[in-house]
Amino acid sequence: MAKIAAVIASTHHPFYYRASTSTGADRPPFADEWVAKIEAFRETLTRANPDVLVMVGSDHFHQLWLDNMPQFLVGKAPYYDANYYNEEREFGLPRMFLPGDEELSSYLLRQGLDEGFDLAFSNELRVDHSITCPLITLRPSGDLPIVPVYTNIFAPPLPQPRRFVELGKAIRRMVEAWPSDKRVAIIGTGHLSLELGGPRQFGPHGPDPEFDRKAVSWIAAGDLDSVLAEVSLDSLWLPGNATHGFMDFMLMMGVAGENVKADYTDSLDLFHTMEAYFTWYPTEAS
Amino acid sequence: MSKYLIDKFLFTIDRDPELVERYRADPRGTVEWWEAERSRVILNCPAAERSTWPSLTADEREALATHDYVRLFELGAHNFLLLTLYIALFERDYSEPLAFQREFAAKLSHWSLPYPDIAT
Repeated sequence: MAKIAAVIASTHHPFYYRASTSTGADRPPFADEWVAKIEAFRETLTRANPDVLVMVGSDHFHQLWLDNMPQFLVGKAPYYDANYYNEEREFGLPRMFLPGDEELSSYLLRQGLDEGFDLAFSNELRVDHSITCPLITLRPSGDLPIVPVYTNIFAPPLPQPRRFVELGKAIRRMVEAWPSDKRVAIIGTGHLSLELGGPRQFGPHGPDPEFDRKAVSWIAAGDLDSVLAEVSLDSLWLPGNATHGFMDFMLMMGVAGENVKADYTDSLDLFHTMEAYFTWYPTEAS
Repeated sequence: MSKYLIDKFLFTIDRDPELVERYRADPRGTVEWWEAERSRVILNCPAAERSTWPSLTADEREALATHDYVRLFELGAHNFLLLTLYIALFERDYSEPLAFQREFAAKLSHWSLPYPDIAT
């Protein structure tokens, strides 16, 4: 059976690429600390020596649109082109080209459907910065085949938070039962408190530092009971109008397991959002 | 009311560099052209198989035609689409990083929760 080499949950910050590659007067004062934290975080994936990456993210109105909006979608393609003109325009992100693992995609689609998740699929998916930001931070060579899993955290009506957790648990079970000798890392990115296109955007720190503090402690402890008790679709508006991206962290908590403490936790308070990085190394027996 | 159609305008302009420049230079003309030629095209269907019914209200049309992002926020435009396109339109006019984004926030500062509903 396949082995889960690592489970990684992270914020995805589209400004990282530009901040980390800029020099001289263009280099922001927080860049060096940010790069140091990212390089330490990257080592947690490198050390796990994965063969394939399951990448959980969310399309930001690039390919998926309101005339036909899936809630959960798995890419099944041999390759994925990546990043869009408006991400190049706003964030300076490079165009990327990534290999896919169609066998694992097919397997997750079949098993997921049979486990009660009516997963949509795409045979021609251009992934966006929710997938490429964690590759830039964690595996910048982009050499490993990926399986993109997209969630709708963006276009209401959204699935309930518990559904994200359940899908995470199912992905864990399915990967562990995959008849393959590959080492699979499951990586997902979301947000802590975040406001975009609203009055609280781009403040001196994230819009709700208290939520961020609680969120980091929930994730680091694998505290699914508390997070499911406190977080609802309605409550997520309170920390910031883009905070539903936190549900991708909840999905990753489902992957990591109930009350399983992260082996690596780090965070960085940036000017308008808190960055947070978590890695779990599942034991062979799990 | 057609929040969906506001969002469709923002989405289809934002993904096309030429339309971004056209909307910056001539907002009213671009909205009129888009309504006549593009608003009913279903994005994954041939152009001839278009819809027959979607229309902007006068209020929505005026907000788009005057770059009135505060009004668009109040009409329930999707916050991410609105911010992304308007950064592309106006960030270049500000010398400090994030200055446009902070002005955008300040102009909405009279709003507290709940914000206008963005569900379509």
